[in-house]
Amino acid sequence: MMSTTRLNRAAVVEHPHNYRPRTTSGKGRISVRSIDIVFATANGPHPAVEDASLEIQPSEFVSLLGPSGCGKSTLMNSVAGFVKPTRGEVLLDGQAVANPGPDRGMVFQQHSLFPWKTVKQNVAFGPLMAGVGSREADSVASTFLSLVGLSRYAKAYPSTLSGGMQQRVGIARALANYPSVLLMDEPFGALDAQTRSMMQENLLEIWSEFKNTVLFVTHDIDEAVFLSDRIVVMSASPGRIIADIPVRLPRPRTQELLTTSEFMTVKRECLGLIREQTLRAFEQQNQAS
Amino acid sequence: MVRIGALLVAALGWHLASTYGFDFFVRFDNVPGPLVVGAEFLAQASSQEFYVHIFHSMLRIAMAYGLAVVTGVVLGVMMGRSRFAEDVILPYIEILRPIPAVAWIPLAILMMPSEQSSIVFITFLGALFPIVINTVHGVDQTSKVLVRAARSLGASNTAILWHVVLPGALPSIVAGLAIGMGVAWFSLLAGEIISGQYGIGYFTWSAYTLVEYPKIIIGMLVIGGLGSLCTLLVRKACAPLLRWQIEGAKS
Repeated sequence: MMSTTRLNRAAVVEHPHNYRPRTTSGKGRISVRSIDIVFATANGPHPAVEDASLEIQPSEFVSLLGPSGCGKSTLMNSVAGFVKPTRGEVLLDGQAVANPGPDRGMVFQQHSLFPWKTVKQNVAFGPLMAGVGSREADSVASTFLSLVGLSRYAKAYPSTLSGGMQQRVGIARALANYPSVLLMDEPFGALDAQTRSMMQENLLEIWSEFKNTVLFVTHDIDEAVFLSDRIVVMSASPGRIIADIPVRLPRPRTQELLTTSEFMTVKRECLGLIREQTLRAFEQQNQAS
Repeated sequence: MVRIGALLVAALGWHLASTYGFDFFVRFDNVPGPLVVGAEFLAQASSQEFYVHIFHSMLRIAMAYGLAVVTGVVLGVMMGRSRFAEDVILPYIEILRPIPAVAWIPLAILMMPSEQSSIVFITFLGALFPIVINTVHGVDQTSKVLVRAARSLGASNTAILWHVVLPGALPSIVAGLAIGMGVAWFSLLAGEIISGQYGIGYFTWSAYTLVEYPKIIIGMLVIGGLGSLCTLLVRKACAPLLRWQIEGAKS
């Protein structure tokens, strides 16, 4: 069991297949330029995101932190191409984002694996859609399953796997397209604390190998500080960007970091901001009800 | 063992009731006993005509059901995926669905070129609605997260239909296929009893008009057996496609 929790670095370094649709180095610059996102609801227009601007450098790991319902997922979805901004624009490497695409891998909170496909078929899906043959897609899938230590479960169906294992398959599936950007929407939010911290370390290991740009949505401060180069804090509804906090903690990071005073300093800064916004979100909800 | 015992008790009761002419509200004096029926069954099983009837019923089921599966799934997917298609098709479904297939018999005989085609048409109608309704229901339940996941992995609309929508709807579609098979048999029998020259429904009804009472019961048992067999075949044929669900339930 222990062996499956470790990352198999060798698997990716060797790359025993030819599928590599795009160079990721130097790619993955995200520019969000003063966007508003307004949803039409039964009670009239609801502004989810207001005047948000954000520049993310290639290979940067940025967390979007904020109270639940603050529009951080909506902001991410505009980068993913699922939501069109009402005003402003989102650019990826200078190109306007219009649709979802395999250059931006998505990892969702849960229940996002195709339950009728085996673990390996799930991971092979992206390469198949990119038009590589089924044998090549199979070989890519093997590589990435081996990377996340789940080769043994290749033929299993997702529902037979634990939550943590399912998320590792989700990450492998997103990476199998060699995306320049990895968009992660509270990917560890549904996991227990132990699994979550293990997954965070795994993710950093994987990221250090691929160096994709990562945009990571979370409401967990420890998680944001532990993982990120930068933390972008959002206000309660409507979601505005209220702070951009650099995290200058050395890498590679392990869980021991969580108890250091440097970690605490950054955490305290976020905590104050988040507390204020959570209280505001609370009041809004009370007024609404 | 208890189940076999229970059946034996019922057979014994049937035997006694028909030998002694039980007559209290329900009359058994015209009902042949199990021994007579058994003997007649052996006689029928060795006659070629008996199989001709079965063959005709099965042929009609195959044609009508095959047509209903294709039409039902295609219409259901269209309605589930496109608002426009739903607006166009749904009024017809809502008006036609509550009309039992049996009620179509007179009109079917007037409209269709032959008896064979009118029976097939009625059977088709019976099977069609459960399949359409269950397909729409299954397609409506498509997971938004899975569609998004597929899009972000580069899937086209066709690929999403094939890899996400249809497999997700399949459990519901299979349930509709099984119900549809039951209703198909029901409708087929009604059609064969009223019009038709062959088929197991015709066999059963003509046994009544020709006062060959043992054959009525043989007909009934064969209808039940074939109906169950066909439903079982549908489920078995679909089982490999739903293996993911079964394995998931085990863990």
